[in-house]
Amino acid sequence: MNDQVVDHGRRRLLTVATAGIGAVGVAFAAAPFLASWEPSARAKALGAPVEVDASKLEAGQMLKVVWRGQPVYVVRRTQTVLAAIGDHEGQLADPKSEDSVQPAYIKSSGDVRARNPDYWVGLAVCTHLGCSPLGAFEPHNASQVAGVDLGATWPGGFYCPCHGSRYDISGRVFKGQPAPKNLTVPSYAITADAQITIGVDEVGKAA
Amino acid sequence: MAATPDSVGGASPGGLIGWIDERFPLTKLWREQVAEYYAPKNFNFWYYFGVLSIVVLVNQLVTGIFLTMNYKPSSAEAFGSVEYIMRDLDWGWLIRYMHSTGASAFFIVVYLHMFRALMYGSFRKPRELLWIFGCLIFLLLMAEAFMGYVLPWGNMSFWGAQVITSLFGSLPIIGGGLVEWIRGDFVIADATLNRFFALHVAALPLALVFLVIAHLMALHEVGSNNPDGIEIKKLKGPDGHPLDGIPFHPYYTVKDLAGIAGFLVLFCGVIFFAPTFGGLFLEEANFDPANPLQTPPHIAPVWYFTPFYAMLRAVPSFAGTQVWGVLVMGAAIVVLFFLPWLDRSPVKSIRYKGPIFKVALAIFSVSFVILGICGLKPPSGIYPLLSKICTALYFAFFLLMPWYTKIDSVKPVPERVTGHA
Repeated sequence: MNDQVVDHGRRRLLTVATAGIGAVGVAFAAAPFLASWEPSARAKALGAPVEVDASKLEAGQMLKVVWRGQPVYVVRRTQTVLAAIGDHEGQLADPKSEDSVQPAYIKSSGDVRARNPDYWVGLAVCTHLGCSPLGAFEPHNASQVAGVDLGATWPGGFYCPCHGSRYDISGRVFKGQPAPKNLTVPSYAITADAQITIGVDEVGKAA
Repeated sequence: MAATPDSVGGASPGGLIGWIDERFPLTKLWREQVAEYYAPKNFNFWYYFGVLSIVVLVNQLVTGIFLTMNYKPSSAEAFGSVEYIMRDLDWGWLIRYMHSTGASAFFIVVYLHMFRALMYGSFRKPRELLWIFGCLIFLLLMAEAFMGYVLPWGNMSFWGAQVITSLFGSLPIIGGGLVEWIRGDFVIADATLNRFFALHVAALPLALVFLVIAHLMALHEVGSNNPDGIEIKKLKGPDGHPLDGIPFHPYYTVKDLAGIAGFLVLFCGVIFFAPTFGGLFLEEANFDPANPLQTPPHIAPVWYFTPFYAMLRAVPSFAGTQVWGVLVMGAAIVVLFFLPWLDRSPVKSIRYKGPIFKVALAIFSVSFVILGICGLKPPSGIYPLLSKICTALYFAFFLLMPWYTKIDSVKPVPERVTGHA
């Protein structure tokens, strides 16, 4: 073979092959750096279940607890609000929680979205952009929250101060709000004397 | 002196400069980029904002370096360390206010710089890449400013980060995992603050400085546009220099010094007398430490993001997802990149464009300002409707441009730049 003749086809093949293998190497080298952005072992460990004693809660009161760094509301509902919970289904975006996030036993509980109808547990994270909705549990004109009058037809529920999303007392979003889904309900277990464990389906079992 | 004719063609000026020139193109760079960079002689007031953005960039780099010497990027210490800088560190308050005011000043000068480009068609051929580098700088600047706003770890820092990182969660399928990956935790946490610090002080400034250099290289390759939108390189004198050009140094260095002095008067006025600027430059909720259990009653980003934030809120959720608002907001930035190919007018400058473009630019500018106001206000009353209308007008300005610039009337463009003897 003549040394002076350049085999361009061969040169191109070698160049492309070298670049291709090099790119694979770069991708492998990048993987540890990208993976270092995942939640660390410590962050995952801190996501352990949280126990709440809700037995001292009066009707119409709310507890805020932190689970995985996220605020979780435990609301003891008044009988007035609970009795009227099925009355505003027509105004809700997702009354059956079809498009919303919750364990199966919450979805099948219907309007109350709870394991025990008296206590509502849910993430206080607006499904629009993650703000904390404020409790506005008094129905009708009684609830004034963040300077907003929620009106005479207000059935009691949650109001998000960031972009004005409204939820009912079961965390179900009303139609025409910025938020697309109902408030998320985490896995939780509740005993007869209102001891709640957030982050598990049954006490002693991981979610 | 460095720039003597002797050094042309390899002859060295001798001395220290000569010694350097044989090893590094110092004199060559000085001539090509400054002393013999011929800029159009008809630059007006609007041409201050390019150099002013460099002044602010330097201000941000210098004050930022000094802030990192006392700032602690951990969720337990960040808020306290900023208060320490403000109260206990000698002149710490000045350094921090220079940095926080500089952030807002950066966006003021960059928005005006971009408006100048819109008016005089500075994005048109052959300056498409120059414009694209500028758009990339704007995009990185927004990321840089957002992450910087998280660092003081005030309550608005926390909830702002919450809202903005949640935007990625609305993307289908990958959303949830992507948000956890960005945050490094299930929520905004110490890991998030720490990585935002790394990006804010190292990665993004490096990328920004690199892009600014690319922006200037592209500018000096094609030459500056001017208020008449004429290519001065078309008409050259016997010396080979453009007839309507003057050397950047000393003519524009001196002019820019005057502009910088004027800017610094205003800049210092804000630093010394109104550093929070009525809650616009530093929001009141950020004087409380971050609290994951306490949403501020009203979350609004800093003023320079509010036009885009208003667009985000203007779009309702549809088909069970709020991704549409995020896409519209992203599209508002992406559409800027395509501007060089949207303008079909035969002339560049607004001076020779017809009434349709003038009205369109006016409507666009007013819409952008109204969007900025809407983004600051709670989403009730007239503001949601105004946001929707102005979002539509913002996009109409860009997306209808190929048609209205084509049918618009134009005035004849002179051979030489106007306004100067």
